[in-house]
Amino acid sequence: MTVRSDYVRPLDLKKGRVDMSHGAGGKAMAQLIEELFARHLGNEYLAQGNDGALLPQAHGRLVMATDCHVVSPLFFPGGDIGCLAVHGTINDVAVMGATPLYLAAGFILEEGFPLADLDRIVKSMADAANEAGVPIVTGDTKVVEAGKGDGVFICTTGVGVVKPGEDYAGDRVLPGDVILLSGHIGDHGMAIMSQRESLAFDSPIVSDSAALHTLIAAMRQSGAQIRVLRDPTRGGVATTLNEIAKQSQVGMMLDERAIPIRPAVAAACEFLGLDPLYVANEGKLLAICAAADADSLLAAMRAHPLGRETAIIGSCHPDAHHFVQMTTAFGGKRIVDWLSGEQLPRIC
Amino acid sequence: MKYIDEYRDGEVAKNLAASIRQAADPARSYHFMEFCGGHTHAISRYGIADLLPANVKMIHGPGCPVCVLPIGRIDMAIALALDHGATICSYGDCLRVPASGGLSLLKAKARGADVRMVYSVADALSLARKHPEKEVVFFAIGFETTTPPTAVALKQAAAEKLKNFSVLCCHVLTPSAISTILESPEVRQWGTVQLDGFIGPAHVSTIIGSRPYEFFAEEYRKPVVIAGFEPLDVMQSILMLIRQVNEGRAEVENEFTRAVTREGNLKAQNLVAEIFELRRSFEWRGLNVVPYSGLQIRREFAAWDAEKKFPLEYRAVPDNKACECGAILRGVKHPRDCKLFATVCTPENPMGSCMVSSEGGCAAYYTYGRHREAASPDPVALP
Repeated sequence: MTVRSDYVRPLDLKKGRVDMSHGAGGKAMAQLIEELFARHLGNEYLAQGNDGALLPQAHGRLVMATDCHVVSPLFFPGGDIGCLAVHGTINDVAVMGATPLYLAAGFILEEGFPLADLDRIVKSMADAANEAGVPIVTGDTKVVEAGKGDGVFICTTGVGVVKPGEDYAGDRVLPGDVILLSGHIGDHGMAIMSQRESLAFDSPIVSDSAALHTLIAAMRQSGAQIRVLRDPTRGGVATTLNEIAKQSQVGMMLDERAIPIRPAVAAACEFLGLDPLYVANEGKLLAICAAADADSLLAAMRAHPLGRETAIIGSCHPDAHHFVQMTTAFGGKRIVDWLSGEQLPRIC
Repeated sequence: MKYIDEYRDGEVAKNLAASIRQAADPARSYHFMEFCGGHTHAISRYGIADLLPANVKMIHGPGCPVCVLPIGRIDMAIALALDHGATICSYGDCLRVPASGGLSLLKAKARGADVRMVYSVADALSLARKHPEKEVVFFAIGFETTTPPTAVALKQAAAEKLKNFSVLCCHVLTPSAISTILESPEVRQWGTVQLDGFIGPAHVSTIIGSRPYEFFAEEYRKPVVIAGFEPLDVMQSILMLIRQVNEGRAEVENEFTRAVTREGNLKAQNLVAEIFELRRSFEWRGLNVVPYSGLQIRREFAAWDAEKKFPLEYRAVPDNKACECGAILRGVKHPRDCKLFATVCTPENPMGSCMVSSEGGCAAYYTYGRHREAASPDPVALP
């Protein structure tokens, strides 16, 4: 048997597992980075191989956002923790009105985590980053002992630049402004819940995880006077709108009939006793704009693949209590308040 | 969604609202108590109060099993988890109820107790089967709706001779609670709480049938209409109650005919009778001690009764002196009347269970109705 003189045993990506040496900073870690991370994420910045990435000059004010991802299960219909991390941080930068440019990713791996799963996650991140055109330029890996981590935790940070006059903020909303929602609510949260509770539906619920920066670019092009953009993630549409109402000190009135929701998601929420307004979304946008521009913004959003189901769901009015209220499909009115703790389903 | 959307139709609601307005005599007011927390929730969530005329008022009753669960029973569940190392399985709403020592099941979990949220007792049973090394205890609360499933689980556990599963039984009975309210001095003697009729519980009635309520209608001369949980069910039932009051009738009517019969679910009733027996007395939060109102597990099933399996002691714990949950549960006071409401006591920091359970009167008012008075100064119907 001849052995190549430069033979190095490669990582066993099929059956191998993360062990403490992978986080020790030595050869094992270097191999993990080269054969797994860099293999998928490879770009000119990562290839620099230094402690930090040296980036070109930025032209404009910087926007930075960071996220930690601890979703369980790691893999779910429509995505996984990897692409979720990439989409989430791109969106956080983009809703500020900035063009996302670069991402950084940190991994906390649990001893014993299958390399096959890690490979799948990192590939998913690479695909998401490539599709979005936003590279992951630097990263870090640590390993914790078995039992001290939930498989893998991922932290991502994103940086972008914003042109003058094009930044959005939550304290800019005025009475009379109109609220738009880019599509069906509750897909992501219920996809996770269904997976966790092993609920099977005839029409499977799929996470809506997506990068929204190209939709936002199209919205910017429309010339509408946008006050604020936000993606309603944890806590759902209700929480996001309450945050904005408080920041801007305005009241909001929503129309329940205008809020798009898929029948399967509505049924799943009904079954589990959850209110869809509080369920997480990972590929949706709330936009508040001046009333005069609502129709043109609506058209611009609907013209984009990620905004086909955009709907005008309400408007803002003066209210010292900054309540978010809703006229129900039934004809009455209810308040859509902040969530208290975790949403706990009713018992009987 | 079939069988749901039809009962939420806004157009039909408008017509019903008009009928209610026509039927309600402007010369008097009508006060109806919805016994069940699910109805409180429906009224709040769909804004039904907005569709009722000002002289028709809804009073929230004690029909939320979490709200009437005494602190002492939650202390027992926490003790099982923290002191006896048991895995406690509980319905979601119980997890946040404040108990003694600043603890709740959720806070006990943060201290290392093994507390799991389950949707049904079947989940707890599966957990016990899968993990023979864990001592699994199911925290069984609820009125007659949740009692039959607990009975099934106990029967299965006994048949399988499961050694690591038991039930902490806190099941209570609806008719006893209704009696207590009707017997309360404010209602019966002093007439200070005007109570013209009841909206009867939906799911409880599918089990016990409409027959048990006939006693109340006759003895106390109060009409009872059993209503489904959808908003149209509730509105239809209010209309039926108004008509009964106007015509001087005090009968039991069934609006929820698609699920409730006069006899109820006999199989479930028999199963419950097989496994459980009446406790001579049971403490209810807000209603104090009520005779023959709670269930305990029969001697034959003692091996699966957490109160027999573990050295547990029940200690009655009084509510915070300023907490008005008791009066609110009986319809005597409104959440507004409680000094702690919306100040110290909020859903994030509940002082009493009326606030922590989404079906509690205080939580419903806080979550859905508090804006009403802030927005318009007209002190009207409860949300």
